[in-house]
Amino acid sequence: MEMNATLLLVCGGLVGCGVYLLLERSLTRVLAGLVLIGNGINVGFLVAGGGAGSSAFYGSADQADMADPLPQALVLTAIVITLGTVAFLLAMAHRSWQLYGADDVQDDVEDAAIRRLADDDATSVGHSATTQGQEEDDPEEDDR
Amino acid sequence: MTSALVPLPVVLPLLGSGAALMMSRWPRAQRMVSVVVLVAVVVVAALLLVAADREGPQVVWLGGWRELGIALVADRLAALMLLVSSIVTLAVLVYSIGQGVTDNDREAPVSIYHPTFLTLVAGVSNAFLAGDLFNLFVSFEILLFASYVLLTLGGTPARVRAGTIYVIVNVVSSALFLIAIATAYAALGTLNLAQIGERVPGLDGTTALVLQLLLLTTFSIKAAVFPLSLWLPDSYPTAPAPVTAVFAGLLTKVGVYAIIRTQTLLFPDRPLTDLLLWAALATMLIGILGAIAQSDIKRLLSFTLVSHIGYMVFGIGLATQAGMSGAVFYVAHHITVQTALFLVVGLIENLGGSSALLRLGGLASLYPLIGVLFFVPAMNLAGIPPLSGFIGKVGLLEAGIADGSWLAWLLVAGGTVTSLLTLYAVAKAWALAFWRTPREAHEMALQLGGQRDGDEEHGTAEVSAGGHVHLGATVFAAGDVKEASRAADTEVSDDSEDDLFQLLEREGRRPRPPWAMVLPTAGLVGVSLAITVFAGPLYGFTDRAAEDLVTRTPYLQAVQEAGR
Repeated sequence: MEMNATLLLVCGGLVGCGVYLLLERSLTRVLAGLVLIGNGINVGFLVAGGGAGSSAFYGSADQADMADPLPQALVLTAIVITLGTVAFLLAMAHRSWQLYGADDVQDDVEDAAIRRLADDDATSVGHSATTQGQEEDDPEEDDR
Repeated sequence: MTSALVPLPVVLPLLGSGAALMMSRWPRAQRMVSVVVLVAVVVVAALLLVAADREGPQVVWLGGWRELGIALVADRLAALMLLVSSIVTLAVLVYSIGQGVTDNDREAPVSIYHPTFLTLVAGVSNAFLAGDLFNLFVSFEILLFASYVLLTLGGTPARVRAGTIYVIVNVVSSALFLIAIATAYAALGTLNLAQIGERVPGLDGTTALVLQLLLLTTFSIKAAVFPLSLWLPDSYPTAPAPVTAVFAGLLTKVGVYAIIRTQTLLFPDRPLTDLLLWAALATMLIGILGAIAQSDIKRLLSFTLVSHIGYMVFGIGLATQAGMSGAVFYVAHHITVQTALFLVVGLIENLGGSSALLRLGGLASLYPLIGVLFFVPAMNLAGIPPLSGFIGKVGLLEAGIADGSWLAWLLVAGGTVTSLLTLYAVAKAWALAFWRTPREAHEMALQLGGQRDGDEEHGTAEVSAGGHVHLGATVFAAGDVKEASRAADTEVSDDSEDDLFQLLEREGRRPRPPWAMVLPTAGLVGVSLAITVFAGPLYGFTDRAAEDLVTRTPYLQAVQEAGR
């Protein structure tokens, strides 16, 4: 199969940068990372579709010269889905900013509780009050 | 022409979703539409089940684009999953309507709830029917988007926090899935599952391995297989009770279903079974150990959910007909039981004001019916004979013993231990929430709550010289009390929420059980008992389904013939 090295490099670079951003705490950066990964994968689909060719309208060109239309259709679908995801995540980041004044990804409540137990060298029993009332938890406290 | 029915479980909920959205101003009409649509889906799924069993897999190439377009396939496995999931979603929908009527919607904007719920159902049905890798991806996205909305309903702080993690994890898994799809297309030139299954043997070993690992990782995130399960217990419990119930019942099982397809249809010759078996063992044990540590019933059940996914992966990892049959039976059993349990927890929250074990007590005497509704599925989950959980586990363990390798024996031992620990976990929930009296619960909470409330009378609970807190027959280590009191000081300092005892004292009478929520729960518990009663025929059916899966020919032939 014919491969385009430039496209491959672009794909790898985009996904790599995306993964780097994904490891950040700020939801906005995570979002940017996800967009980069999404675009990188879309470029990857173009590689998967084989070499370039003329547009795939019936009768417009010889069938052997046509580009493979299926990956293009897949990429279109993927773009639409990424758009929806980005919109939703932006809304979540905004809501998070409204609530906390920051859009950081919060720690797991349970992790925080277990970490405190470990600090105290204490054991946990099912009835311990560590997780009750998640709704009232002060998120700032869980985060630190 | 039953194959014409195949698209209906997807199309009906989608149309219903649109209709429900248009009727957002008329809640009654909206509810009517949702219920009618889901009842119709149950009927269609039942018809498909019969057709798939009698005539083999039902296949439709959408739009008549044979061999090129998108295929929908309802074989025995897909039809069974479809039927079980549609029954469960119907029960949950009726329950949430009951809850809406009872609670007068504190947090849930109902006009959005019904359309989103129907979209979720469409996504789940499409995932079961998809005969195409990309269609499977799209159905995952449909159900995930609906689940994002449902999980963050109302945008409360806890839900936004939990939702953030859930969304990011799932978007990453979707990205992995897309990479897998691109790889599959580049390597094989097709995305149709049957065609992939036929072409994979001609692929070189490394490419096939990469492809298989990519797909397994993706689906393991969805199915919450350890170590990719850590997102689940954190994100599920914050959602409204019916949402948690349907997520717990269905969404992880869609992942399990996709793993079954990958392992049987796509890669029958390169099984990676050892990897799956190890993952199953870790999932079972670590999940259930997490459950034991929990103090909230919702979190406890989320961890048992993770743990019991391990049983299904165990069956898949054995890669024998008996193992596969056990796994399929276990999926059907577990969807019903786990959903029923979460619905009961919703009832407990509604009546007791909390799902924290510390605040509950005496529910068995206050509400005997709720006690029964919790007890039966809880014992079923733990695998007490003669319930279906026992039958499913015996089937899996027998399959493991028949396999005979040391790893399979290790899994058999792990499965038994997990079953016992599950019994311990649910028995603890039962003892704390149902068995002790509300006064005992209140006094223990005071003890644990530390000396803040020291001037109040302390009743029967006392700290002995041996460093243990005695309360009736229950003994707790004093260290835990100390730690819990500190935790209670830091975390629930406002103490705005009363426990059940205080609630009862203040109200002067117990709240009445909301029948509109009790009845669907009872119905679902009834379904789980029906699975027990009809376990013989059902196991026969899953045996036939597993035979189809292992031999592959019925699926491949049906897709080919329909493509001509």
